[in-house]
Amino acid sequence: MASKTAAAKDIITLHGSAAIVSEFFCYAANSILYNRAVYPEESFAKVKKYGLPMLLTQDESVKSFLSNLTCQISEWLEAGKLQRVVLVIMSKATGEVLERWNFRIETDAEVVEKRVSREKSDKEIMREIQAIMRQVASSITYLPCLDEPCVFDVLAYTDTDVAVPFTWVESDPKLIANPQMVKLHAFDTKIHKVDTLVSYKNDEWDEEE
Amino acid sequence: PVTNSELKLTGQARCPLREHFLPRKNTKENLDRFIPNRSAMDLDYAHYALTKGRNGKDQEETTVSSPSREAYRKQLAETMNLNHTRILAFRNKPKDPAQLLPTDHSASSLHQQQPKSVKPRRHIPQTSERTLDAPDIVDDFYLNLLDWGSANVLAIALGHTVYLWDASSGFTYELVTIEKGPVTSINWAPDGRHVAVGLNNSEVQLWDSASNRQLRTLKGCHQSRVGSLAWNNHILTTGGMDGQIVNNDVRIRSHVVETYSGHTQEVCGLKWSGSGQQLASGGNDNVVHIWDRSVASSNSTTQWLHRLEEHTSAVKPLPVDTGSQVCSLLWSKNERELLSSHGFAQNQLTLWKYPSMVKMAELNGHTSRVLYMAQSPDGCTVASAAGDETLRFWNVFGVPETAKKPAPKAAHEPFSRVNRGHGLSVWCPSSVNRDGISQIHAPGFPPFDLGGRSEGLMLVVLWPYGGFGIFGWIQNR
Repeated sequence: MASKTAAAKDIITLHGSAAIVSEFFCYAANSILYNRAVYPEESFAKVKKYGLPMLLTQDESVKSFLSNLTCQISEWLEAGKLQRVVLVIMSKATGEVLERWNFRIETDAEVVEKRVSREKSDKEIMREIQAIMRQVASSITYLPCLDEPCVFDVLAYTDTDVAVPFTWVESDPKLIANPQMVKLHAFDTKIHKVDTLVSYKNDEWDEEE
Repeated sequence: PVTNSELKLTGQARCPLREHFLPRKNTKENLDRFIPNRSAMDLDYAHYALTKGRNGKDQEETTVSSPSREAYRKQLAETMNLNHTRILAFRNKPKDPAQLLPTDHSASSLHQQQPKSVKPRRHIPQTSERTLDAPDIVDDFYLNLLDWGSANVLAIALGHTVYLWDASSGFTYELVTIEKGPVTSINWAPDGRHVAVGLNNSEVQLWDSASNRQLRTLKGCHQSRVGSLAWNNHILTTGGMDGQIVNNDVRIRSHVVETYSGHTQEVCGLKWSGSGQQLASGGNDNVVHIWDRSVASSNSTTQWLHRLEEHTSAVKPLPVDTGSQVCSLLWSKNERELLSSHGFAQNQLTLWKYPSMVKMAELNGHTSRVLYMAQSPDGCTVASAAGDETLRFWNVFGVPETAKKPAPKAAHEPFSRVNRGHGLSVWCPSSVNRDGISQIHAPGFPPFDLGGRSEGLMLVVLWPYGGFGIFGWIQNR
């Protein structure tokens, strides 16, 4: 594949890139929910995506929540208004934020303004996403155990001039005090660049800075 | 009800729209940021203080070298919204894994709510600016007896008589006393000069307020009282107790041009979208219809474009505890705010920030349920009328001198008035991003693709048990 990258470049449009990124988010969210055991294993089904066995929730309310999100995120991405998406995991009992999966988005403003397209191999993008997905799956090796029941939420950081749809509400950032942070791989469609970062509450054994 | 002529004879009659001479408070508005409502106050001030940087001042912390301090700085930056950022969360949370409801909406909206605006907060006076007598006002939930026209004249129907109150001069005029009344609805034409008067006997009269002349009477469109009216240029749409909605072209002899059938009970709310292409109607049957002129005239089996019922998943009341029956709703033309009027026990007006539905202020004064509200053309003042026979004015949306100019029409339309009643409906714009929105998202509803550029419009439905549902409809221009 690598040797023929020049010939294998594909046209990426703003719309296409938005679709890639929002779809990525949906699969990443599912993967996080599965790997961090926010929802029981048996509520997920295996599908093939990005050349990997990926897990998707079968719970209707989670499905619908993620699908609404994905739709809206896609719109904001096309408008160039989305800055980041954060998946927050909180203790169900106390509401304390335990983990934050932070997907920061950099958008090529020229593409949004002029509606030009870019070129990049689709396969290349898929490989980048695959790398991130593998990292999410292996994150359980260093992330603290979430041994209490947890719930999740998703925050969208947008430009201030974005229209707030009635189905969304303003929120606080749900930060973690003194977090540990791990930076994961990024992927780039040449229109949207997505950085992934997970921050989590310090284990009680760690020395704090 | 006592007729007007009887009132004149007794001499003890209350003079309609006579001002109550209450000790006047200092009308010089306190324009600092003090907000009486505690739940709104601290958050807004805190937010203002934190986001001063938005006006260009750099509030960055000094850069530090160690990674975790850097991370902490980044988090602080997040909190201070340095990057002209708004943080949003989707309202309808998924079920939590243990099948119980997750983090409550109200928890996140009451704590650490960060409103988007950095404008200095205005003082919202909690008492009415002015109180006028409104004797014999009919205390009927389904009528529309108050309307504020674009020429800044307020029309109010008291029994059989229509009075006009000129807000600029403060003078009151009697327009007409209709023996065949009582009057059941009143609505100014867009020109602010002509006014439609709906009657209990099913007729509608058209009047010219400049010359105090009746222009015509529309007959035969309804079989019972006309409780709601809405103008669309030269079309006057009338809604009747018979459940029929009729479009009347007031310029032509045979004025009935279209009839929409769909409601099985009284039509209590009518509103045209700004484009004049869609009409929303609410009926006592708890159904909201959206009629599209092109669809209705085609020979389809159903005339309406959308039909929304209380049990439709798309139309859900917001989880807002309003405390008491909601009688009327009004959107601010200038701000993202919503004013609701209530009945028992406080009969107050409540001001909400939209879309967070944080309560901003409560206005007290009325001693019976507040059925009618109207907004001044400049969007600053609200007039409310109730069965306590008073008409009160509230500078709830700002003081005229300091009000910012209404947004240019190209950006968005002014918020329009909500009519009240069961299954009420109204059009008001949601803000639209520069590229328009081509889909609508309603909870539990598959996304609606309307295609093309569109303007955002919001539909509000008022439910009989006191809740109201707000959802967005995105329309084509």
